[in-house]
Amino acid sequence: MIAATAFYLFSTILLLSALRVITASNAVHSVLFLILAFFNAAGLFVLLGAEFVAMILVIVYVGAVAVLFLFVVMMLDVDFQNLRQGAKSYIGAGLVFGAIMLAELVTLYFAWSENQPVAVAPKEMSDVTNTEQIGRVLYTDYVYAFQLAGLILLVAMIGAIVLTHRRRPDVRRQKVADQVSVKRDDVLEIKEVKSGQGIL
Amino acid sequence: MDISTLHYLILAALLFTIGVFGIFLNRRNVIVILMSIELMLLAVNINFVAFSSALNDITGQVFTMFILTVAAAEAAIGLAILVVFFRKKGSIGVEDLSSMKG
Repeated sequence: MIAATAFYLFSTILLLSALRVITASNAVHSVLFLILAFFNAAGLFVLLGAEFVAMILVIVYVGAVAVLFLFVVMMLDVDFQNLRQGAKSYIGAGLVFGAIMLAELVTLYFAWSENQPVAVAPKEMSDVTNTEQIGRVLYTDYVYAFQLAGLILLVAMIGAIVLTHRRRPDVRRQKVADQVSVKRDDVLEIKEVKSGQGIL
Repeated sequence: MDISTLHYLILAALLFTIGVFGIFLNRRNVIVILMSIELMLLAVNINFVAFSSALNDITGQVFTMFILTVAAAEAAIGLAILVVFFRKKGSIGVEDLSSMKG
């Protein structure tokens, strides 16, 4: 009973905040509703017995991705009202497309025969925590996929840095290599000075 | 009033449809399109975790983490492109993203 109430609570807030994400006129509000949606999805994951994924969702999405979105939205001075104009003409096409997709998905799900109640705790290894279960599989069977995921993150990091790094031409910069490679003869000149004449 | 896997699947279908509809609704705003894509990936994650719980197989949760990785990388790269684009053009409208047409 508690689980059912929690499911309906989380899923209602999740769907409402997802709707607000796409309809909010202010992009900052969109990002904040996205954060709320992710928190509620994490709650649903806890209900399903996937605690580790739920916590990772909060850490990765709310801690990193949503803050990244918020940072970009606030950094770019964009007129979002202007971007909304002409959106009305796409509502009809979007509704038709969405309705068809939803109908197909729901038909597919009802065709799936095994509609047993959700097993809250996995049965075989119930003495093992969810985190340990994931670790046992992730570092053995899927170790290459795990390494590949790390490589994807590395490429994304390098790509983001290379894309956003800019070298301003009008700023004087210290050239360390030139400074280090200076020879004695480049900067020092010894002149013979005759007495009583100066070097002019 | 048991919550079955079907409940979760229909919830994920609704969430995915909202994401698709968001792309149509905010056709000119790249930031909200990226957020709609995040919503769609979240719906896929809910599907994975629901099936993982229903079939009593941890593999679904492992793949959820891989999807999370790809989604984070995609958001980082997308927003970096957006920042560079805004620096060049001073706007993020989709219709301005046409300078590479062949």
